[in-house]
Amino acid sequence: MLLVLPIIIPLVIAASCLIALRRIVLHQFLTLAGCIVLLANAALLFMRVRHAGYIVLPIGSWPAPFGIVFVCDVFSAMMVFMTALIGLLIAIYSIAGVDAARKAHGFYPLVNILLVGVNGAFLTGDLFNLYVWFEVLLIASFVLMSLGGERRQMAGAIKYVTLNLMSSALFLTAAGILYGKAGTLNMAHLALAMRESPPETLMVVEMLFLTAFGIKAAMFPLFFWLPAAYHTPPVAVTALFSALLTKVGVYAIIRVFALVFGHGVEAALPVILVLAGMTMITGVLGAVDQYDFRRLLSFHMVSQIGYLLIGPGLFTPAAMAGAIFFMIHIILTKTALFLACGIAGRLNGSFQLKEMHGLLRASPILAALFLIAAGSLAGVPPLPGFFAKLFLLLAAFSEGRYALAAVALAVSFLTFFSMLKIWNEAFWKTAPQPVAPAGPIPFSLLSPLVVLCALILLLTLFGHPFHEVCRTAAAQLLNSDGYIAAVRLQL
Amino acid sequence: MNSLILQIAARYLHPLLLLYSWFLLLSGHNDPGGGFTGGLVAAASFALYMIAYGVEQTRRALRVDPLQLAGAGLLIAVLSGLLGMFRPAAFLTGVWIAAPFPVWGVLDAGTPMLFDLGVYLVVMGVSIKLVFTFAED
Amino acid sequence: MTLILALVVGGLYAAGLYMMLRRSLIKILLGLALLSHGANLLIFTAGGLTRTHAPLLPSEGALTLAQSADPLPQALILTAIVISFAVLVFALALFRKTYETAQSDDVDLVKTEDEES
Repeated sequence: MLLVLPIIIPLVIAASCLIALRRIVLHQFLTLAGCIVLLANAALLFMRVRHAGYIVLPIGSWPAPFGIVFVCDVFSAMMVFMTALIGLLIAIYSIAGVDAARKAHGFYPLVNILLVGVNGAFLTGDLFNLYVWFEVLLIASFVLMSLGGERRQMAGAIKYVTLNLMSSALFLTAAGILYGKAGTLNMAHLALAMRESPPETLMVVEMLFLTAFGIKAAMFPLFFWLPAAYHTPPVAVTALFSALLTKVGVYAIIRVFALVFGHGVEAALPVILVLAGMTMITGVLGAVDQYDFRRLLSFHMVSQIGYLLIGPGLFTPAAMAGAIFFMIHIILTKTALFLACGIAGRLNGSFQLKEMHGLLRASPILAALFLIAAGSLAGVPPLPGFFAKLFLLLAAFSEGRYALAAVALAVSFLTFFSMLKIWNEAFWKTAPQPVAPAGPIPFSLLSPLVVLCALILLLTLFGHPFHEVCRTAAAQLLNSDGYIAAVRLQL
Repeated sequence: MNSLILQIAARYLHPLLLLYSWFLLLSGHNDPGGGFTGGLVAAASFALYMIAYGVEQTRRALRVDPLQLAGAGLLIAVLSGLLGMFRPAAFLTGVWIAAPFPVWGVLDAGTPMLFDLGVYLVVMGVSIKLVFTFAED
Repeated sequence: MTLILALVVGGLYAAGLYMMLRRSLIKILLGLALLSHGANLLIFTAGGLTRTHAPLLPSEGALTLAQSADPLPQALILTAIVISFAVLVFALALFRKTYETAQSDDVDLVKTEDEES
């Protein structure tokens, strides 16, 4: 029951919003209420999973591998919790952060459908079902991306739609080949079947999956759609996408490689590691050249994906735990940065750093909150970003990957420089001529940012116990026997 | 477009197609057919009506917004899945009743049929919305 | 037969990718459609080609699963067709809207101010 509610709740909210099509206030209320229930449900699910290890639910009571099963382990539960949290915060932010025209064209039902897709992707234990959830979240994101119909949105959306559709076709191809090979699409059953097949024949399928998920995760060299598209919709949408969409791609890489290809993955690991390094470098170098606040953050998103890929690339418990820690940290930090960017752009009336000025004087609270998030992104101790990077670096050192560690350090330094650039231009620099002070920031815009920064600080204080949780999640991920036993295949 | 032949034909074909869509929906239970095909045929019948009489009149004939139709269908489909959970069993487990029904004999119905009805409404609503979007501007 | 279908799948992929490399928006869309057809046909072929009964259990009689074709690839393809139908219609609407706002269906001309600068 607990396991399907993360899908049912937003689905029912979306359906209710569609029935009450013109009542925007009701949409807001329903979405907020739904997200609060979802958050409570996710917290309960997490506690239950921490206790039980796995929760498995065969949909329609059809036993695995004949029916679709939903499987929740600690990692899934953490991701579902983050989805609910981000959904709630974006729902609050959008009250003042999204214009009425977009709301009237179904902003709230679309956000709910996006949450359905993301939660479904995190919880499913069936490969084809994963494809379906991917499509659900993609089509919601397509519409959210192009909602509003400005010309620059269209130009971004075309690239986004085309590349993601291509990735879906590749995913389908890979799933089809796996089905032809193993005769099943249940991930636990596939994991059993893949153990018997020789690793070299697996390589083709592994690379197909890596490409398909790599496009969705914005991995080098398939990331170009992201900086072209992510700055065009309203900031609330961008923040939602940056928190969830690429992370689903990374989640799929981790899940499929750790579970399905758990045995015989060695040949693919160097490829992932090189791509991780290249993703970090190209992302951060792309950001150096940018003077649009949102585009700059979009490029940093690409670079952070590289850090996340170190986890599946090294494939050790320490690296996986580091990647999971990084995942939670980056969802909080990146969302906070995008929301801060939205408020800053609203105060200055522009997102061009050259035209922005004097935010430190205009809103000291915003400046402080931005500093926390930016410091965490760059990895300033003692913020969680520092520890997340430290765990990944230590994992890289213990595997003897010194070049990778050097790249990660250099990229971290460049990220710091980039955040400094924003600080200097937008916050520190005084206005060329005195301007009328902007009104107070609406509560609904500021409160999600405050919550996110408070959570970042909490993550600093409780870093150690949280890292313990990440280590259990990582150990569980790499132990595919436990997953297979939990699914209870009726062979 | 203002073709008398098409308008007369649409007037007669529209209810026939709707009836056929219901036939597809109900027969889809054990035979080829089902909510998806039924919904498409229903949407096609409204598309025909739209070609003959224009978007505005079709909207009036439909009475509700196509997206509301889709929302209602989504709700019905989810609820049909939830019904199975009261037994208690997993989400989407089929629940069947075989109740005596006047004239008919025995009514053999279950939640999968309700789910199919939801699919029918969703497909119909979304397809009509698509056709309207392309026809309007 | 499998070989012929494999060649057709390869042809569809090649044609789809070629079309996607073109600059015209409508050709990109056609390429995407070809690509998804190729993927569907690939699942169909990978599921095994057998000449047997349809996987429908008759109300009387004793057709067992061993006598019928594998229903799963058909279900998968049906799902994939429905999804690609929805997605392609959305893409068509998006491309049309783009064509209207930019007055061109050339990808290179659908550029924005911040990309040109």
